[in-house]
This record gives sequence, C-alpha cells and structure tokens, in this order.
Amino acid sequence: MPENKKHIALFIPCYVDQFYPKVAIATLELLEKLGCQVTYPMGQTCCGQPMANAGYERDTVATTKHFIRIFKDFDYVVAPSGSCVLHVKEHAPAIAGMEKEQSELHDKIFELTEFLTDVLKIENIKGSFPHRVGYHASCHGQRGLRLSASSELNQTPFNKAKQLMVNLEGLEWVELKRKDECCGFGGTFAVSEEALSIQMGKDRLADHQAQQVEILTGGDMSCIMHLQGIAKRNGNPIQFKHIAEILNEAIS
Amino acid sequence: MSHPIQAAEFLQDQAKSKWHDETLWFVRDKRDKISKSVPEWENLRDLASQIKDNVLANLGKYLEEFEKNAKANNIHVHWAKDAEEHNRIVLGILQEKRCKAIVKSKSILTEECHLNPYLEKNGVEVVDTDLGERIVQFLNQAPSHIVLPAIHLKKKDISEIFHEKLHTEKGNEDPDYLTHAARIHLREKFLSAKVAITGVNFGVAETGEFVVCTNEGNADMGVHLADVHIACMGIEKIIPKRAHLGVFLRLLARSATGQSVTNYTSHFRSPSPGKEIHIVLVDNGRTAQLARPKFKNSLKCIRCGACMNTCPIYRRSGGFSYESTVPGPIGSILSPGIDLQKHSSLPFASTLCGSCTDVCPVKINIHEQLYEWRQEITKAQPDRAKSLAMKIANGVFAVPFAYNLSGNMMRGALKILPDSITYSGLNTWGKQRDLPELPKESFKDWYKKNRK
Amino acid sequence: MSSRDLILSKIKAVPLEAKNLPTIPEFEFEGDLKARFIASILANKGEVITKAEFFSLLDSGVFEKVYSHIEDFSSFTNIKITEDAHQLNDLNLAIIRGQFGVAENGAIWLEDQDMGLRALPFITEHLVIVLDSENLVANMHQAYDRIGLQESGFGLFIAGPSKTADIEQSLVIGAHGAKSLRVVLLNL
Repeated sequence: MPENKKHIALFIPCYVDQFYPKVAIATLELLEKLGCQVTYPMGQTCCGQPMANAGYERDTVATTKHFIRIFKDFDYVVAPSGSCVLHVKEHAPAIAGMEKEQSELHDKIFELTEFLTDVLKIENIKGSFPHRVGYHASCHGQRGLRLSASSELNQTPFNKAKQLMVNLEGLEWVELKRKDECCGFGGTFAVSEEALSIQMGKDRLADHQAQQVEILTGGDMSCIMHLQGIAKRNGNPIQFKHIAEILNEAIS
Repeated sequence: MSHPIQAAEFLQDQAKSKWHDETLWFVRDKRDKISKSVPEWENLRDLASQIKDNVLANLGKYLEEFEKNAKANNIHVHWAKDAEEHNRIVLGILQEKRCKAIVKSKSILTEECHLNPYLEKNGVEVVDTDLGERIVQFLNQAPSHIVLPAIHLKKKDISEIFHEKLHTEKGNEDPDYLTHAARIHLREKFLSAKVAITGVNFGVAETGEFVVCTNEGNADMGVHLADVHIACMGIEKIIPKRAHLGVFLRLLARSATGQSVTNYTSHFRSPSPGKEIHIVLVDNGRTAQLARPKFKNSLKCIRCGACMNTCPIYRRSGGFSYESTVPGPIGSILSPGIDLQKHSSLPFASTLCGSCTDVCPVKINIHEQLYEWRQEITKAQPDRAKSLAMKIANGVFAVPFAYNLSGNMMRGALKILPDSITYSGLNTWGKQRDLPELPKESFKDWYKKNRK
Repeated sequence: MSSRDLILSKIKAVPLEAKNLPTIPEFEFEGDLKARFIASILANKGEVITKAEFFSLLDSGVFEKVYSHIEDFSSFTNIKITEDAHQLNDLNLAIIRGQFGVAENGAIWLEDQDMGLRALPFITEHLVIVLDSENLVANMHQAYDRIGLQESGFGLFIAGPSKTADIEQSLVIGAHGAKSLRVVLLNL
C-alpha cells in the first residue's frame, strides 16, 4: 500500500485548535491534496506538554493514556507542531499496560514537514508563493526531532522545511544571521521568565527584519504566536504563517 | 532573589545586555567555525563522552590509582569530603609553611569552596592572577563566567577600578595599557609568593600527573616561582590514561573560546628538587550527584563554558543572575544537587532549546536534565504550582491547562474578559505581547461542519 | 573513617553499570604538516622564522639579557643562570629546543631537560623555541603516542605567547609570561 493510502490521523495541538483553526485546516487540506486519507479524531485533547515542561509530568498520565487510546489504531499520526510531537515521543510518561501501543505510537507519529519528506518522500512541492520568507526553526523540532542541521553540530547541512519550500515559484528563502536561535517562547517560560522571553522574541524579530523578511514562517504556532504577539504590540508589519499555510496556498 | 528577577534587572541596561549577548555569540560563532574545521569533531565528542562514562563507572578505582601514582611521584595527596575540609587542608599547608600571601590561578573549585574569604579571614592575602579574576577580585565580585570571569564588565569599569587600585591614568581604557599595568602589578606578586594554588583540568590515573591549561601562563608563573604548589581538584576531573588527554585537549579550547589549544598546557608529575606539590581531591557533593542516576552525567563536565556562550538565556541575563558558582545551563543542573531550595528557579531559566546539549564537548544531555530537575523541584515545592497558576490564569496557557476539562472553557473566558483585564498586570503573557485574535470557531467545530 | 575512605565508600555504594573505554581510532590528516603547523603558530599569535632570520635578530642587539639553553646559540648567552628562577626576572630572551610540534594547533612539547628551570619559558620577556621541521606530528593523538609514558616531572605544550582577552574580549599579547613566541623552524 502506498504511504498516502494509509490511514492518517491528524493531531491538532490544543492552542492551534482554539486560536489557529486556519493552520489546522491548511494542514488537513495539504495532506488531502497530496492524496492522503486523513481523519481528525474528535476526542483528542492537549498532549500534556505544557504541564510536563512546567514540572508536572506525573500529572499527565491520564492525558497520555487518553492520547494513546485515541491514536493507537491509525497507521500514522501527523501534527503541525514539532514541539507536541517531541513531547509525545520523549516526555509523555510511560503507561503501564500500554507499552506496545505507546512504543508503536512513538514510531508512527510525525511532525508535518518530516512526514512529507521522510514518509511521503516528497523531494519538493510544485507551486507558487511569490514572497520573501524567513524560517523560524523552532527548537524542539530543530534539536529534538532534527528537522534541520543544527548550527552547533559538524554535520552535512539539511533542512526539511527548506527542501519543501525552496523551489516554490517566486519564493525568496532568507538566510538569517542566527539561523536556529531560540525565540524565547519556551512554554511557561514565556510567563515565568517574561522579561527574557520578550527580549529573545524581539531579537529574533530583529534578525528577520534586518533581512527584509515579508512573511515569517515555521513549524510551530506556539513560537509564532509569541513572535506575532510581540510584533503586533510593537506595530511591526511582518506577517506570520505556519508552513502548512504556505504549502497549502502554494499548490492551490 | 530568583532568576527571573535578576534577569529582568540585567536587561534594564539594554546597551550592555545587547553587548553581552553579541560578544558571547561571537565566541560561540568562533567555536562553531573551528569545530567544523575538525572533520572528526562529532567522533571526538562521542569518544570524550564514552571515556567519561567509563570514569564515572570506575571512579573509585581511578582515584586510588591516581593517588598511588601521585604519591610515588612525591606528590602529597589529600582528600576533602566537603568545602570546609578542603579549605582547612589548604590553610593547614599555608600555616605549616608560615605563608601569609599566596597567588592563585583560575580554579572554579576554590570558588565553589569559597576559599578566598576563608583564607583572608585567617590572615592570608590571596591574589587571583588570571587577569579577569584579578579584576573581579578588585571589585569584590565573583566571576560571572567560568572561562571569561569579567565578561560582565566593560573596559570603562576596569579602567576605573585599575585607576583606584593600580593608579593607572584616569580614563585610560586601552586594553593593552590596562593589561600591562596588571602585568607589572602581578609580576611582583608572583616573585614574592611562597605558595601557589591552581585548579586542575585533568588528573591522569595512569601516571598520577595532572594538567593545567591557561593562555596567560599565570598558573605556571605562580607555581614555578613558589616553593609549594597546591592543586585543588574535584574528584570527577580524573581520566584513565595519558592518551585520553589527546581527545580532551582537542575539544577543550575549541569549545571554550574557539582556539585550537590553550597557549600553555602544563603536565605536573613531580615537584622540582627541593619543592613540594600537594593535591587536594574534593568531593563536596560529587558523590551525591553520582548517586542520582538522572543527573550523574553532569559530572562529565570539563568546564569549557560552551553551554554558557550558546545559551540564549545566559547571554541575556548574565552570570550573576544564576547566583551559583557555576552559572548557565551546566550550573543549573549542578547547583540544584547542592541546594535544591536555593537554586530551584534555575532549571526553569531555560526554554529547553537544547543548544547546550549540542555544543557540549562531552555530550552531557543538559537540557534533558533541566527537564528532570523541574520534575523534582515541583515535588519538593508544592507552592510553585500556585505562583505558576497565577501567571497563566488569563493568558494563552489557560488553553492547554483547561483543555482537559473543557475544550471550550477558555475560549469563552477570553471572549467574556474585557481587554482591561486580559492586558492588565494580572496577565503576564499580555504585558508586552498581544494575545492571538480569537477566531469565530475552533478547528473542532469547523471539522464537524466540513468533513463529517 | 578518614575522608579518603568515606569518599571511596560513598562511590562504592553507588550501583553502576560497566562502561568500556573506547578505542581511539587513527584520524586521517589532510594537507602539509609544515604549512599547517606554521598556520597554527600564526593563529596563536606566535611567529615562525628561519635560523638566518634569528641570527640577524640576535645580532641586531634588541635583546639585552639572553640565555640559550641549547648549544647552537650558547655564544649569545650573557647571563649566569642559577638555581633560583627569581633571578631571571629581567631576562629578555630565552632560547630553548622543542622536542616536537603538533600541526593541528601549533603546540610544542617540552620536558624538564629542555628548559632547565621550569620557570624559564614563562618568566622570560621573549621566548624562542628551536624546532626541527622533521619533528612534526599531525594531531594531539599522535603527540601523546610520541610522548608515551615518559617520566619527566614536568611536561609542557607551548603554542604561543602569553595572551589574554579578559578586557572586553580584546586580545592582548603578553599578559604575564613571554610577550612573544618565535619558533625557529629548522630544515624547512
């Protein structure tokens, strides 16, 4: 069976569901355009990441159990978020009695861009997106899921998001001065270390602005929500889109 | 004071904090470039990590081997279970030698043990001879970085304190001029000291020798002119064989400052005729850390400081914001093991971005240990939840935290709450950030209408 | 219980799984050893000169007090060396021989016999190390292979002059020790 004929579950992070339904819609439509059979399991809830990163992993056992039950029967689980996927794979507490299901889940859950490049084996997407685009490499996708080469490591350069976007007609890919520096979102860090979080966000925005970025994109709406919140408050005209939105628009 | 308060204060001086960030980024960038000039770089990190794994699994054996060989080489070996005993041992040697003034080269361990104030209280003048350390000592400060002790200071600050202490020209901020003044001042100290103290970068079990790395040559100036050399060494600094130095020395300076090696790498095996070498092996919490399976890897640290230079938090909050001897990411996983209450905000002073783990030359999983410390701290401090709940109550975090109970609860709340509340001081998220615009329906609602 | 025994017993009480020591492979080195060594010394803010250049430098008389620890230049020695290193405080130039150099970083290996007094290469105002260009190894692994288990009481890699960057990261040469390092590379 070709990979795209398998049954794919869409996992939509809670804040995307609530604040950015357009990103979820774009993800769904994009996968459908690529010939995938996608279902959104209605019973899904938050994956538990914000609690776990705040130091309450032990309180996410029920959430994790529920998550496994909801998604265990699908061939793949795909989410427009590196951060939530990393949490499910690495930090969700081990559930006694569900070892097999949990371990299988870790192997079949993918962040959107890695699903496209690694499972669907898409070399590049044909379409048009005539804009100057800056890419924010969210840390959990970057250094957790290894969605692109880390500037810290001595390794052959690669970037899964760039691979998907760079050949779109008219798209100008921007190289940043600090290509994978954290934006300062960091989950509850955003409020527990508010001053630093804001400064880091401002510094990231300044890098994109210095390169005349028109649209800032990335694979995690949490980082983008933070950057966009700072940009809006300061009257910064830069636009924000999730990579799913760009790819979905480009091929329509 | 907790880290967030200190950090906010550091950020008040925008020009200086920006300089601090950019200067340390420059050091990291140098490290990136030089590490990429070594094709086997990642291989070396693996080797270093594996050697350190072996050290931690055989620590007792290597320490005994080291002691035996060092003694055979005429080195006096002392053991200190804690900082207090370490300080007492050092003072004891000084008193026996009737020594009232010492020179000391960089040693984070003696900072950790608060040796300077202890010796001063007991009538011994301590002169830190590393230029950066001498500067902060003049200012009555601790180093703010383990490799770059005075990185929090501008040359204006240094010019002022040198004018006061060394009578340099007022307003002369030229680094060459100031360094030369320090050279003359410290040369006198070197010539008159009978005892010199150094830290230790590596102790070699196989030979009983220890290695000290500097660029200034201050450790050697001190010990070769003095009659007695006291080397203070954490027990985790041991490595099995001399050949392993090849691995660690290729990594250390490149990771620390982006240079291929320090200009001086000194191997002390036995004293010159008529002189003495003492080595103090210090535990001070290290065996306790070794007994914590999730955190024992932190003992692999070779104190290069790369995690500080790369940390987006450290660069923007400065070393003092951590209020611990070793600041930055590695400090944030070491310090809670020493005093959980005092250092409880440190594991949260991170976005878990993972850059520290990727630069670490011995591959310590620093960001994962930060995560694990968070789990420990919330158990030890139930009040933490309350203060966190206050901060997330009105912001975007209410979504995931409330989502389990009712998916729509927060959407409702956001709509009902007037802007005056969502953007008030109560809502930390909204103080300097706009909240996302609330769409008319959630994805769940859209999906029900459009796909079922 | 002594602190020694206490520490060792605490370590023994920790259950630890066995971890084997890795074998250090032979890493290939690409390029010319001499060229790489010279580039490394320059990067460390040292200089590389020929024997002829060094002779003319000596003849120029810029160094007032000179001590050569090696035969070839002993005619330039104009001070008496004692057992007390403190008396070298006003030494302007020390000349010593390095055993071998490391191409990847410019480090030059010295042992007790090569310096006489351990303080010599530090207390002197300027330092010259004479090194045969045949005595170069590629990297630090080869360096320690070559050192083996020699038993000198003191061993030292010198890779450049004394330097610091502790004032706003501005590089300054001549912090405490030698203000310059010149490497006289023989048989180039």
